[in-house]
Amino acid sequence: MDTITASHISDTADAGPPVMRQRLGRAVTEWSVTKAEWIKLRSVRVNVVGVLAAAAALVLLGVLFSALAPKDMGPGGTATNSVSFAFGGISLSQLIIGVLAALFVGSEYASGLIRTTFGAVARRTRVLRAKAIAFGCATWLAMTLGAFGAFFAGSAVYSGNLPSYSIGDPGVLRAVLSAGFYGACVALIGMAVGFLVRSAAAAIGLLLGLLMLAPLLAELVPGTAGDTLIKILPSNAGEAMMSVTSPDNLLPPWPGFAVLVAWVVGLLAAAAVTLGRRDA
Amino acid sequence: MLPAEALGGEVGALVQFTSEHAAITALGVATSLRREDAPGGPAGHRGAMIEITSLTKRYGETVAVDDLSFIVRPGIVTGFLGPNGAGKSTTMRMILGLDNPSRGRATVNGRPLVEHAAPLTELGALLEARAIHPQRSARNHLRALAATTGIPDRRVDEVLGIVGLDEVADRAAGAFSLGMGQRLGIASALLGDPETVMLDEPVNGLDPEGILWIRKLLKELAAEGRTVFVSSHLMSEMALTAEHFIIIGRGRLIADVSAAELAAMGPEPQVLVRTPYGDRLRQALASDGARVTGDGEYPDVLYVSGMESDVIGRRSAEAGVELHELAPLQESLEGIFMGLTQEAVQYHSHGAHPSTTTRQAA
Repeated sequence: MDTITASHISDTADAGPPVMRQRLGRAVTEWSVTKAEWIKLRSVRVNVVGVLAAAAALVLLGVLFSALAPKDMGPGGTATNSVSFAFGGISLSQLIIGVLAALFVGSEYASGLIRTTFGAVARRTRVLRAKAIAFGCATWLAMTLGAFGAFFAGSAVYSGNLPSYSIGDPGVLRAVLSAGFYGACVALIGMAVGFLVRSAAAAIGLLLGLLMLAPLLAELVPGTAGDTLIKILPSNAGEAMMSVTSPDNLLPPWPGFAVLVAWVVGLLAAAAVTLGRRDA
Repeated sequence: MLPAEALGGEVGALVQFTSEHAAITALGVATSLRREDAPGGPAGHRGAMIEITSLTKRYGETVAVDDLSFIVRPGIVTGFLGPNGAGKSTTMRMILGLDNPSRGRATVNGRPLVEHAAPLTELGALLEARAIHPQRSARNHLRALAATTGIPDRRVDEVLGIVGLDEVADRAAGAFSLGMGQRLGIASALLGDPETVMLDEPVNGLDPEGILWIRKLLKELAAEGRTVFVSSHLMSEMALTAEHFIIIGRGRLIADVSAAELAAMGPEPQVLVRTPYGDRLRQALASDGARVTGDGEYPDVLYVSGMESDVIGRRSAEAGVELHELAPLQESLEGIFMGLTQEAVQYHSHGAHPSTTTRQAA
């Protein structure tokens, strides 16, 4: 195919006065992109309502479970102390947060907004970090407040016959702070999966599989391999951090913390690497 | 050594006298000099433009963009044309830094877009209409985009006014029509008041009033000295706004020409003459070297080439030949475009040959 080109180069090539433009904008920074993601987050009502609902679910279900705690529990049983009952709502909270986080990323891929954003900020991993900071901080704050609310309200109405913990008892403050931290971790995992699969539906499916289905399937794996697998799943690592009694089927709190952080960092790093390599 | 400024000027002057290939190389030199002059400095230099050099994009076996080189210049609207699937959008995505080229490079105002500190102020782009969250208002959508680059909220209000969305700016964008979505996309392209604007099929989904509006807007942007690069698969639309055309097919450059040069590529102009006395007219015109051909379908229609219509009229009056119609025919730009891209069209329709259907009386 022959190419037809102009016999001369247009004389507008280097001519004309410079465009009269407004002096607008500054260099894009991590902070400015985070601000943009914060505006995106709070300007869609379902995000605000959802994060608050996740915290409220933690408090309300905590109160409900604590008030209904059976009186004739055996001493030293697992998941029967007042802290475990107070955080009984975490499975619903993580579900809400995970779905919101997957949607926060996936919906932008669906509409094409993510490409507008990438075009504006040039470096795509900035968007990943900014979303992680904005949504991670929002869920961390809300869930930490929710965790304190759930602990105090739950302890107040605890009806079981084991001693009710107070915030000053060993490991209790750590467990309460861990509940808030776990909420933020679920948000980060949800966003990382969203960036990896670039679709809200697929991300939600994978996330629910990882948080809800995997612990059930891991039960089917026999022997110590199965036991270990159960312990290192993110939901169980999170539960280990939130537990005051450290039962045998969970990791001790700090190893649990390390495993959960490894999940978050690993998935975010994988998302960052694929963002750089793939076409957007 | 010459001062960089003077050398840049020399190179600029050279451009006008060299072939296209040499021009690209020369501008490359000018660009690299400019970069040394003001590393990381703001735009506002002369000669803002989009520059594509040997750009290639492969998806597995498929070559979507094949060794494409061209320059989009400031001050005029440049139409980027090609049949569907020609590689227009892929090229634009590489200019925006969304797709990584397999080979070659695309620069905006002298360097790849991703190397600019504030891309929104260099290149305003519209790639997809309705790239919006359905539950977010248009104003918040633009505020978020503006925040990435520290653009103040008053500019958001300004662009909402420019595109005529100020009254619906606080409604959820999900209720927007396709045309309103396009306007919002154009608002986001204008947000950083960029010197270079790149729009992919901006006319799609606009109502007639919207189409008139965008034609005017594109011409105004170009008149302000900006670089305006607009893709379309419709030559009829681009013919009304663009002064320069870059035509591609199957990812390859077919033509990089001005409107006048494109018009000159059509077949030799003909004049349609309708007369019941065809034989006498043929005799009257034969001596002057005009070529006369009949129309297969209508015995009273003749096509005359090599002679202007006023001469034909005079000759027939002198010979006393009664004429019922005398009309110069001109191949439309669309017909020429169809002819150029025909072999590159990927999805052939089995319609009539375009040159017979798009001829029109001038």
